Amino acid sequence: MRGNAFEARVKADGGTELLRLLHERMGAGARPPVPGEVLVPDLTAAGPEGRVARTALALREATGAAGGSAAWTLLVHPLLALEVAGSPAYLEPDAVVVRPDGRWIVVEIKSFPMIDSSADPSKVGAAARQAAVYVLALERVAARVTGAAVDHSVLLVCPRDFSNLPTASVVDVRKQLSVTRRQLTRLTRIDDIAASLPEGTSFDLERCSPAELTAAVDAVSAAYAPECLAACELAFHCRGQARSAGAVEALGRGVRGELGGLTTVGAVLAAARGESTPGVADDDPTVVALRRAAALRAEALESVPEGLEAVSRGPGSVPEGAVAGCR
Amino acid sequence: MSLINTLARLEAVESGRAQPLTTVRHRRLSERPMVFVPLTTAGEAGAPLGALVGTDRESPRLLTVAQPRDRDLRFAFLADLAEALLPHLDSYADDVEPAERNETDPETGKRVKVEVDLCVDAPQLIVPNRPGIDFVRLLGRSMRFRRTAEQDPDTPYPAPARVPLLGRWLTHYGERARVPGSSLLLAATDLLNRHWATGQSNLEDQHLGALLAWIDPPDGGSGRDAALRAETDRDRRGQLLCPPAGPATDPAFDNRLLAPAIDEYDRARQSLGAAEDGPGADEQLGRLTRAEREIRALLASQARPTWDAVWRGLDLLRELPEGARVADRWTRDRWSFTGHRDRVRSGEPPQPRHDDAVTAAQKLASRETAQAQLEAQEALDDPLVLAGRRLSGEAFIGEVTDVVMAYSESKRPSPRPLITLYSEDRPQLGERTKVYRSLDGKPQSAEFVGREPGGHGLLVVRLTDRMGRGKEPAEGSVPEKGERIAWTLFEHDQRGGPKLPSTEETPWTHGGPPGVEGAGAAPAGGPVAGDAGAAGPVLGAVHLPESRTPADDARPPSPRPSLPLPLPDPVTEEDFL
Ligand code: SF4
Repeated sequence: MRGNAFEARVKADGGTELLRLLHERMGAGARPPVPGEVLVPDLTAAGPEGRVARTALALREATGAAGGSAAWTLLVHPLLALEVAGSPAYLEPDAVVVRPDGRWIVVEIKSFPMIDSSADPSKVGAAARQAAVYVLALERVAARVTGAAVDHSVLLVCPRDFSNLPTASVVDVRKQLSVTRRQLTRLTRIDDIAASLPEGTSFDLERCSPAELTAAVDAVSAAYAPECLAACELAFHCRGQARSAGAVEALGRGVRGELGGLTTVGAVLAAARGESTPGVADDDPTVVALRRAAALRAEALESVPEGLEAVSRGPGSVPEGAVAGCR
Repeated sequence: MSLINTLARLEAVESGRAQPLTTVRHRRLSERPMVFVPLTTAGEAGAPLGALVGTDRESPRLLTVAQPRDRDLRFAFLADLAEALLPHLDSYADDVEPAERNETDPETGKRVKVEVDLCVDAPQLIVPNRPGIDFVRLLGRSMRFRRTAEQDPDTPYPAPARVPLLGRWLTHYGERARVPGSSLLLAATDLLNRHWATGQSNLEDQHLGALLAWIDPPDGGSGRDAALRAETDRDRRGQLLCPPAGPATDPAFDNRLLAPAIDEYDRARQSLGAAEDGPGADEQLGRLTRAEREIRALLASQARPTWDAVWRGLDLLRELPEGARVADRWTRDRWSFTGHRDRVRSGEPPQPRHDDAVTAAQKLASRETAQAQLEAQEALDDPLVLAGRRLSGEAFIGEVTDVVMAYSESKRPSPRPLITLYSEDRPQLGERTKVYRSLDGKPQSAEFVGREPGGHGLLVVRLTDRMGRGKEPAEGSVPEKGERIAWTLFEHDQRGGPKLPSTEETPWTHGGPPGVEGAGAAPAGGPVAGDAGAAGPVLGAVHLPESRTPADDARPPSPRPSLPLPLPDPVTEEDFL
């Protein structure tokens, strides 16, 4: 694959090209790295814990070395640990560079091109979110090393235009950092979720029947939104649940915001038709607006000459009242 | 999304079928659209893999790249694509009618009318979805700086003859697609989503197959069920029955079918090379041909359903009558096409890598104008779109209950009749708020005077123009009792904002002189940030009739031909396009 070939190329020759780019974009006045003098510590060790410890040690040594000899250090595929919802998650950035002044910089190598010095914003955004998690994990290590600091900008390396020559751009990830931090503190601990499940719930794909698995999945609350489709393997399942519950979120988070206290398709359409909804006042601004919207829409459609309505309205059935669960 | 469109979505959920968002079609559909369904490899960062292209839905032309990493094969693909597209573009270029254009005379600075040619019609390009539009842009960008052997005998990898030209056209179409309401390059999903609301989210609406299923389910059953089948159903080989509309193919297709076929192709090529002219050569050639045919069949299997879906979508859209003001916007597309034709013919260099500050600002301003204009025109053409504006208080429908003649207080009093209207709408009217109605296709303005005390829903406006020069208003220019009239609080004819200075008068900080002259080429091998040069000469802006200039076309053909070509992109062994 092009991605792997490109990454290998960027890191070739002891990272000469990578460090040149880094010095050019984020050198902060440091002496340019001299090919052959860049330290590239060996990070191999047994098991993830071993590799995490090896990485931490290498970072500590590099930072100490930096103070004295003004050396550049390149860590290729270091392994970091971060606690997510009470369990350790292992993270492997493409590279981390320790600058001679002791600053640690995350390097992300991506295979999408930077054309005329700009890349697809959605891909850059995804890379920034990913890099922010690495920065966060690195900060946990840096907290225990004197003189160490993690840069809140990362270096994004991509192919230039249509070639496989690398070019780089500095990405400020402060925003992604604060979002990630907040999300991590708000995550319910896995232990707590497990404790809330019925006795004997299992997610074992090998041993459970489809029915048992479905029941187990449904026992965990979900907050389906269409964004899940691109991110989660359970999305079709959750969408089906949300749809059959008539949850308006299935149409998008924004839709939910527009509809105030009305949370189901049935309730919204009933309100629009002029029926009263328990718990929602008849003069609720959303209800009033919906009724006007329905009246205006019907009037406009009636004014259309025969035969223009390519799509006819059919009878439908939507389960009422049910409120979407959250997994 | 406006509440009224959200309501349409919810109705779609309830009925299991898409619901109309419009009563007319708000985009031009050419009688002979060129449909382009490109495919790219997921793993190779968007290298072209193949395409279906053509104007005949029964017999699309299939173009393929058997090995996407092979530059020669990619070039052959691009050359074929140029062969498929350029004659179509050319076929519109010489059918012209005389038209007038306002220009600023570079010497006197005065505005003068110039007689020019305007193409009677313009070629339209339809792709399946938005990533398809992005890919058109990418192709355009990758081709327009290429050099052919004829342009530069020393160029390391010369491009086939018409490839740079196709790059310029695709770039133009890609840029034009950013102008709201333009119809030169359209995505089928955007077209359908403009006209129907499905019972799914905007994200899911980007899936052409699912979208069509909601609008027109194949068996006439539930759109929702058909959409789910389009999203998920796979055959025994694990392949989606409704492949993604591209350009990226489904990973299951890449891994299980395409990758082995490409491997076989590579092996066949190797053994053919090894056999040279030996006894086995014929056999190996046969093997290579078979491998190639297999790849073509596989790519056709992925692109053909999308091809058919695009045409089916066009059929559905054609059932809607065209909105009255669509032709007006299409005329602007024709100007755009004609303008680019002229720039190519006059030997201008390709579009620069980056717009200079003036051009960028002009584009932005003209797109904002186009957006406002599109919104106004759609509302005027379509009661269902107007309903949304009525809901938000930006328009109202009122029945005339009284007309009282009144006159302005000047030396030569002009008619300023007071119209009393009954309306159940709730327009956001303040003191002297201007309102507009359409009179013979032209806007007539009035200002809000006040509400009748006590009379709920009765409001009074004073007509202020389009009643002729006499003391008595011209025949038919004042509404009569009983007429039902749609009034808008927004202007019907959006005009551009303040004019931007010409390049010559722009300070160098914003891309003006002295950089203009030498900016024809990017510095060789410099840092990426240094690629910002290549700004073409910008003379006085061209003004289209009624000063509604799409700035994308604001540059008249340069009188200075044969500028140095901008530098080509760096080329490496393994580049992807
Ligand atoms: S499990 Fe959670 S993230 Fe996954 S689809 Fe369901 S709601 Fe979304």
